[in-house]
Amino acid sequence: METIILFAPLVGALIAGFGWRLISEAGAQWVATSLVGLSCLLSWIVFLGHDGQLEQIQILRWIESGSLATDWAIRLDRLTAIMLIVINTVSFLVHLYSFGYMAHDENFRPGESYRPRFFAYLSFFTFAMLTLVTADNLVQMFFGWEGVGVASYLLIGFYFRKPSANAAAMKAFVVNRVGDFGFALGIFALYYLVDSIQFSDIFAAAPQIARLELEFIGLQFDAVEIVAVLLFVGAMGKSAQLLLHTWLPDAMEGPTPVSALIHAATMVTAGVFLVCRMSPILEFAPDAKTIIVFIGATTAFFAATVGLVQTDIKRVIAYSTCSQLGYMFVAAGSGVYSAAMFHLFTHAFFKALLFLGAGSVIHAMHHEQDMRNYGGLRKKIPYTYWAMMIGTLAITGVGIPLTHIGFAGFLSKDAIIESAWAGGGEYAFWLLVIAAAMTSFYSWRLIFLTFHGKPRGDQHTHDHAHESPGTMLVPLGVLSLGAVLAGMIWYSPFFGDHARVNQFFGIPSAHDSVEGADGHAEGVAGATEELAEGDLEHAAEAVTEDAVAEDGHGAGHDDHAVAGVAAPGEGAIYMAPENHVMDEAHHAPVWVKVSPFVAMLSGLLLAWAMYIRDPEAPGRLARNQRPLYNFLLNKWYFDELYDFVFVRPAQAIGRFFWKRGDGSVIDGGINGVAMGVVPFFTRLAGRAQSGYVFTYAFAMVLGLALILTWMTLAGGAE
Amino acid sequence: MFSLDLQTVLPEVILSVYAMAALMAGVYTTKDKSAGLLIWATAAMFGLVAFLIATREGVDPAFGDSFVDDGFGRFAKVTILISAAVVLVMSQEYLARRNLLRFEYPVLVALAVVGMMVMVSARDLMVLYMGIELQSLAMYVIAALRRDSVKSTEAGLKYFVLGALSSGLMLYGASLVYGFAGTTAFDGILLATAGETPLGVIFGLVFLLAGFAFKVSAAPFHMWTPDVYEGAPTPVTAFMATAPKVAAIALFARVVFDGFGGVVGDWQQIVAFLSVVSVFWGGVAAIGQTDIKRLMAYSSIAHMGFALMGLASGTAFGVQAMLIYMAIYVTMNIGTFAFILSMERDGRPVTDIRALNMYSRYAPMRALAMLVLLFSLAGVPPMVGFFGKLYVLRAAYEGGLTWLAILGVIASVIGAYYYLRIVYFMYFGEEKESLDTGTSPLLWGVLMASAAVMVFGVVNLFGIEPLAAAAAATLVD
Repeated sequence: METIILFAPLVGALIAGFGWRLISEAGAQWVATSLVGLSCLLSWIVFLGHDGQLEQIQILRWIESGSLATDWAIRLDRLTAIMLIVINTVSFLVHLYSFGYMAHDENFRPGESYRPRFFAYLSFFTFAMLTLVTADNLVQMFFGWEGVGVASYLLIGFYFRKPSANAAAMKAFVVNRVGDFGFALGIFALYYLVDSIQFSDIFAAAPQIARLELEFIGLQFDAVEIVAVLLFVGAMGKSAQLLLHTWLPDAMEGPTPVSALIHAATMVTAGVFLVCRMSPILEFAPDAKTIIVFIGATTAFFAATVGLVQTDIKRVIAYSTCSQLGYMFVAAGSGVYSAAMFHLFTHAFFKALLFLGAGSVIHAMHHEQDMRNYGGLRKKIPYTYWAMMIGTLAITGVGIPLTHIGFAGFLSKDAIIESAWAGGGEYAFWLLVIAAAMTSFYSWRLIFLTFHGKPRGDQHTHDHAHESPGTMLVPLGVLSLGAVLAGMIWYSPFFGDHARVNQFFGIPSAHDSVEGADGHAEGVAGATEELAEGDLEHAAEAVTEDAVAEDGHGAGHDDHAVAGVAAPGEGAIYMAPENHVMDEAHHAPVWVKVSPFVAMLSGLLLAWAMYIRDPEAPGRLARNQRPLYNFLLNKWYFDELYDFVFVRPAQAIGRFFWKRGDGSVIDGGINGVAMGVVPFFTRLAGRAQSGYVFTYAFAMVLGLALILTWMTLAGGAE
Repeated sequence: MFSLDLQTVLPEVILSVYAMAALMAGVYTTKDKSAGLLIWATAAMFGLVAFLIATREGVDPAFGDSFVDDGFGRFAKVTILISAAVVLVMSQEYLARRNLLRFEYPVLVALAVVGMMVMVSARDLMVLYMGIELQSLAMYVIAALRRDSVKSTEAGLKYFVLGALSSGLMLYGASLVYGFAGTTAFDGILLATAGETPLGVIFGLVFLLAGFAFKVSAAPFHMWTPDVYEGAPTPVTAFMATAPKVAAIALFARVVFDGFGGVVGDWQQIVAFLSVVSVFWGGVAAIGQTDIKRLMAYSSIAHMGFALMGLASGTAFGVQAMLIYMAIYVTMNIGTFAFILSMERDGRPVTDIRALNMYSRYAPMRALAMLVLLFSLAGVPPMVGFFGKLYVLRAAYEGGLTWLAILGVIASVIGAYYYLRIVYFMYFGEEKESLDTGTSPLLWGVLMASAAVMVFGVVNLFGIEPLAAAAAATLVD
C-alpha cells in the first residue's frame, strides 16, 4: 500500500507528461488527479491505522559501493504518516483546483497545450516530496530534496514567456543550492562519522558522535553540533529561513495552485521535517538548537514586519508562510518536535486554503493581484470570502483562551509560543508574540482590503468579478473544514499529555522503571509490549506516576530517567531524558498562555481601525514614517544587499572567466595549436616525404643515431 | 627427437609444402587461369592451419629451443592467418577486374605468411632472420605486382632498397649481440645480460630494434610506408597493413621479452621513444593527405605507435593490451580496406577522399558502416577502437609511463581530425560526381561485418581478452 502511495503520482506524472497525446488533455488531467487521489485515500488509511511503530518497507537494493550499502526503502513512522496525509491531501485538492484555475491562461497562446504539462509537474512534485518524506536514508532523502527543487523550479518558471518568472525560478534554484550545499556537507559528515547513511544507524550512533570532535574550516567543533548546523543550513534553504529566504516571495511568480502546494503547504516545510526527523541528532546539540531558535524567531519577526506593507495579495501570504515556518523552527529548536509537526500539519490546511482563496480572488479579478485595486468583493464572491475568512481566523489563532477549543492555528501556534517560553528563552518568546500580533494585523488587512470597503480598482473588472467554478470551491470547502477542525481533533496526540504524544509517535516510554533501578531493562521491554498491545491506560498510569515522581525526586531522578527513556531512533521523534520543555510548556503561567490571544486581538483591532474605520490612516502613516515604510517595503533591503555582495561579484568573476579564461586562454590556446602549430608540422612532414629513397634512408640512419646517442649518454648500461 | 620437432613446426611445414605444391601446379597447368581457385584454396588452407594451431596447447620448443610453439605465438599466428585469409578473398575480384590476377600472388602470400609464422615463433636470432627475410622477399615481389605501373614498381623498389637497409641494420645488431653474448639463442642472450650489461649488447639491441621498427613502420623508420601503400595495388596494401604488422610487432615483443628481458629499462626507453614519435608523426602528417591509401599508411603508423605504447610498459598487462590492440586494429583495417577496394568511379579505382562528397546520400548503409569504422579508428567511444586505446593507455599508465599515456591521448585527439574529415566529406560535403555503388557483395559483407564487430564488440570484445591475457602470460613470466 505504501508503495502505491509513493509511486502512483509518478505514474500519473509520466502518463500525463508523455502520454497526453494519446489520452487527450482532459484525460491526462483526470489520470494525474485520480492517481494522486488514490494516494491521498491510501495515506489517510495508513495514517489512521498507524500504531506509531516503525515499519521499513524495502523496495530495492539501491547503492552498493565499498562500505556504503543502502536500500531504497520506505520508512514509515508517525512523522512519515503525517507528511503523507499533508502532502497527498493538499496535492489532490490542488490538482482538483487546477482544473478550474488553469482552464484558460493568458500566458499561453490559444491552442497551445500547457495543462498536461502542468499536471505532470504537479504529480512529479508530489512523487518527489513523497520520496523525501518516506526516505529511509539520507541519500534517498536528498534525492527527494533535489527532486522537489527541480519541480519547484519548473513550476515557478511555468509561465516561461514572463522574464520575471524565469528569473524567479532561477533565483529559487540558486538560493536553494546554497542550502543544499550545507545539507550535502551534513550528509558527508554523518557518513564520515557513522560510516552509514541509514537513519537507524545514525540515530543509534547519535550518543557516540556526541562525544566526537570534527575539524571543519580549520577549526575544531563538536561533531554533533556541526552536523546539526549543516543540516539546518539545508533546512534553511528549503524552508526559506532568514538569510536564505529571498527566493520564496519571488516564487509567487508561479501559478497560484503551485504557490499553495509547494510554497506553502509542502515543500517549504521539508526543512522542518528534516529537523524533526533528525531530532536524535539535535537532542545532543544544544548550541545548534539555540541557533535554530534564534533564526526561526528572527525569521518569524522579520517576515511578519515585511508582510505588514506588501500590497500584492500573494506576497502577503508568502511572507506569512515564511513567518509561520519560523514558528515551526522555534518549536523544533526548543525541543518540542511534536509541536513543530503540529503547526506544520495545521498550517498546511489553512495556508493552502488562504492561497487557493487568493487564487480564487485573482481568478475572479482577471489576474489582478494588487490589493489596492480590490475592495468590496464580499458580495461578489461570497464562498471565497467565507473560505478566506476561515483561513484568516485559523492563521491568526482565534479560539477560547485556556481551553482546547479554537481554530487550527490557535492550538498549534499557542503550543509553539508556550514551548518557546519554556525552552527557547525570552528572545524567542517575545518575538513570536509580537509576530503573532503582526500576523493578525496583516491577515485582517488582507481581508479588509480585499473584501470590505469600496471597490477601488477598475470598475469594469469589479463588475465582472464572478465566483469560481465548483472544482475550485470544493477544495476550498475541504480545506476550510481542516482549518477549523484539524487543531481540535489532533491537539492531544501532538501536544496533549506526554503519554499520548509518546504513543502517537511510537516512543517507548518505560516510566515504570522508577520503581527500582534493577528492573530497567525489563521495564523498557514491558512498557513497549504494553504499548504494542494498546494498553493505553496502563501507560497513562505510568506517566502519572512519572509526573509525580518528577516533581518529588528532583536531582536524584536523573539516572532513572536515563535508563528508562527510549534510546535515540526508537520513536519517530526523540526527546532526550533531560528535555522537559513540553511538560514545562504545559505548566506555563496563564499570562503566557493568554499572550498570543491578546496579540491576535490587538492586531485585529488595529487592522480594523486602520482599514475599516479610517481608510486614510495607512497612507498618512506611510508618509509620516517614510524611512521605516521603505525599509519594510523593500524587505529590509536583503535583495539589494545580496545583489551587491554576492550577485555582482559572482557575475564579474563569471565574466572574467568567460571572456579571459575561456575565450582567450582556452579557445585561443586550442585554436592556436589546432590552426597554427599542427598544420606547421604537417607541412614539415609533407616536405620530409620527398619521395627519394636516400631521404628515407637518411631519416632512418638519423633516427638510429639519435637513439644510439641517447642510450650512450643517458640510458646505457646503468 | 626430430619427429617431435617436426610435429611442433607442422603448421609451418604444411603451409610451405602447400605453397610449393601450388606453385608447381600453377606453373605446369593452366597458369593464371587457376589463380582464382588458388586464392580460395590458399584462404581455405590458412583457415585450416589456423584451426590446427588454435587447437594446440602448452609450450613446445623445437630444434634446440630455437623455435617455440607457445600461447603467445599461437595468438599471433591465428590473427595473422585469419586476416591474411580474409584479405586474400577480398582481393580476388579487384585483381581480376584489373587483369592483375597472377597465380603467383596467393603463393607469395602463403610464403609470406609462413615467414611471419616463423618470425613470431623464433627463439634464436638466426631463425628470426630467416623468417623475416622469407616474409620480406615475398612482400617485395607482391608490392610490385603491377609490373606495368610505374608507381607499383617504384613502390616495390623502394620497399626493397629500404628493406635491405633495415636488414643490414638488423644483421649488424645481431652480430654485435652475438659478439658480446657469444650466442644467438634468446636464452643465452638473457643469461649474458643478467649481470653487468656490456654497452655492445645495448648497441646491438638498438640496431635490432631499428630493424624491427622498420617492419612495424614505426617512426622514424616509417618513411617507406606512405609511398609503398600508395603505389602497391590496393589488395596488397590491405595485406601489408594487416598480417605483417601483427607478425612484426609480435616478433618485437618476443625479442625484447625473451631475449632482453633482463634489460627492460633500456629497451623501454627506446620503445617509448618510437611510440611517441609514431603517434605524433602519424597523426600530424596524415592531416595533409588527400589520398586515402596514404592516409591509411599514416594511420597505421599512428596505430603502431599505440601498440608499442602497450609494449613499452614492460608488463604482462602491456603485452595483453598490445595483442588486443592488434586484433582490433586488424579487424578495423580489413573493414576499411574493404571499403577502399569498393571505391570506384566508372570501374576505375578512386583513392581521393574528396570523391566521397555526400557519399551518405546515395549509399547510406556503407557510409554508416564506414563512419563506425572511422570512429573506431579514431578511438571514439563506444566503438571497440576506443577500448583498444584504453587498454594500451592503461598499460602505459600502470607501467609508470604516465607521460607517455598523456602524450598518447593528445596525439589521438590530433589523429581524430583526419578520420573525422572523411566523415565530414561523406555526410556534409558538397554534391559532386558520385562513386559507383554496385560492387561486390563480398566486400559489402566484410565491411558490414567489420563495422558490426566495432559496435557489438563492446559487450565483451568477443572474448579475446582472456585469450590475450593467457598469451601474454606465456611470454612474460
